[in-house]
Amino acid sequence: MRTIFGILARTAAALVLSLAVATGAMATDPLTINGAGATFPYPLYSKWFYDYSNANPDVRFNYQSIGSGGGIKQITAGTVDFGATDAPMTEEGMKKLPGAILHIPTAIGAVVVVYNLDTVESGLKFTPDVLAGIYLGKITRWNDPMIAELNKTMTLPNVDIVVAHRSDGSGTTDIFTNYLTTVNTEWRAKVGRGPSVNWPMGIGGKGNEGVAGVVKQTPGAIGYVELAYAKQNRMMVASLRNKEGKFIAPTLEATSAAAAGVAKSMPADFRVSLVDAPGNDAYPIAGLTWILVYKDQKDEARGKAMVRFLKWAIRDGQKMEAALDYAGLPKTVVEKVDNALKQISFKGKPLY
Amino acid sequence: MARKTGGNIKDLLFERTTGAFAFLVLFLAVLLFAVLLRESIPALRKFGAAFLVTGTWDPVLEKFGALPFIYGTLVSSFLAILIAVPLSVGAAIFINEFAPPWMKTPVSFLAELLAAIPSVIYGLWGIFVLVPVLRDVFMKPVTKYLGWVPLFKGPVYGPSMLAAGVLLSIMIVPFILSVSREVLATVPQRQKEAVLSLGGTRWEMLRIVIGQHCLPGIFGATILGLGRALGETMAVTMVIGNRPEALLSLFQPGYSMAAVIANEFTEAVGDVYLSSLVLIGLILFAMTFAVNLAAKWILSKMVARASRGI
Repeated sequence: MRTIFGILARTAAALVLSLAVATGAMATDPLTINGAGATFPYPLYSKWFYDYSNANPDVRFNYQSIGSGGGIKQITAGTVDFGATDAPMTEEGMKKLPGAILHIPTAIGAVVVVYNLDTVESGLKFTPDVLAGIYLGKITRWNDPMIAELNKTMTLPNVDIVVAHRSDGSGTTDIFTNYLTTVNTEWRAKVGRGPSVNWPMGIGGKGNEGVAGVVKQTPGAIGYVELAYAKQNRMMVASLRNKEGKFIAPTLEATSAAAAGVAKSMPADFRVSLVDAPGNDAYPIAGLTWILVYKDQKDEARGKAMVRFLKWAIRDGQKMEAALDYAGLPKTVVEKVDNALKQISFKGKPLY
Repeated sequence: MARKTGGNIKDLLFERTTGAFAFLVLFLAVLLFAVLLRESIPALRKFGAAFLVTGTWDPVLEKFGALPFIYGTLVSSFLAILIAVPLSVGAAIFINEFAPPWMKTPVSFLAELLAAIPSVIYGLWGIFVLVPVLRDVFMKPVTKYLGWVPLFKGPVYGPSMLAAGVLLSIMIVPFILSVSREVLATVPQRQKEAVLSLGGTRWEMLRIVIGQHCLPGIFGATILGLGRALGETMAVTMVIGNRPEALLSLFQPGYSMAAVIANEFTEAVGDVYLSSLVLIGLILFAMTFAVNLAAKWILSKMVARASRGI
């Protein structure tokens, strides 16, 4: 008994000692900026944080990719220095905030329609109505005249269309359903948009890998995944008819073109949807991803570090996007974002 | 409990400490229930008891009902039990009674190793191996000839209630197997020999021994497996198809309670939406609680009858 208590006492003493050492060391540690939110930009942000901290050893980042909804919750509660989201905050959500917030766009994502057909190559053409018809359950076979008419050079098999969608709430679903809501009145009336919706039909897969799993394993399946995921897994992708009537294959350039298309009409708060964007080369299912920061920062040092990082992200950071399969912001948008960063302040003093 | 100590401070300290641990567990369970209840109040207020029997799940219009999830959890779990119990009890009898000694250890070791595989691995294996095989080898032929039976109605997609049930059954086999083996091992050797000496065959010996002695234990093992099946999340969501609809056909996609919570919790933004997910958690909590309570009760009856019989 005595020895056990002895060991316990010694362990406790050692713990206290090591804690004291740790707190002592913390004073000289670099500043840690905490963030949480979207999973879609996580690979890009990790790369940014790594490279930025290497060049600026006085700042460290801690980012939890818990999903856009979680990011909004945490920044609303003020438990993080920045949030990240794929869907802009709603008016209702912004009313709950303790202060004014900025949506800083960092990258553009595209959602790609993928399918699995033996006899057909990549590049099947879809109009908005055909895509909505499939997801509404009105077009049920691959050789339906509405699909055949658009793809006269391809032999479409007489098989059932198996519809796959995301089962987990996600920004990808939000962009996809936002697109269908924008281009199809029946979809708007029956289903609507959101990170999760009441799907009229189909099978739910968890995550990009879940949807891709269903599509790859099921002949005749159709689904939607992030552009990067489709590219890296070499899946067959569909070309979609955009607002100008051109069929556009999903590429990084076509995704950036969607942002360039709305650049002129970009609102000051950047809360803009890129779906069905104007522009000859614009791919129609695209969306911005944002970092959320308060205009009035509570801590000068942290606020300053945050602004410095964001300035770097929209300049040097943009060069890393293509290598990681993200579409970068067009120059016209970068200028506007740069101006917005000047609004971030500490007690009325700009931190730019 | 004789306490002759009076002054022994160490004994007292030991008793109090372990007592505190025991109460902590109880306290946590109560706290869990209380928090779930508190967080589900907005959904309870909006939907009331209708939540249990409503089949709509529409996050856009904030209309929620738990029926498809309750149905999916129950059907997939019972399907798993239906497959796993005969399989594991049979395997346990073989390993304990018939297997040659050199086979016993490796077979039981490998079977029990199945319990150590993380559920996400089961899920991935389900997507890439089990679902395609089930679809092409079992579901497609069955639906072709027996499609008129409501349980086997097509069309066949692959991810389905059946796939979830089969995957779950594989996951719970090691639990039922190892407990069943322990139970079989508790039968006194003399009892078995007594039956054989009276001219009984091995089958008769097993039937009598299992009927008299092992039934409560095997039932307990089944409940252990059922408990695991009810709460399994990751593997189920990867193969069940995640379709919030209560369909009779086992070949159609379904959804389970744990799966919908895991899928939608992170991105549930509205108050009612979040609260509805918590309410599903509360129902699942209550369901597992009820299953265990019922099991305890049945078990006590069975034990009483078994001891009377001997």
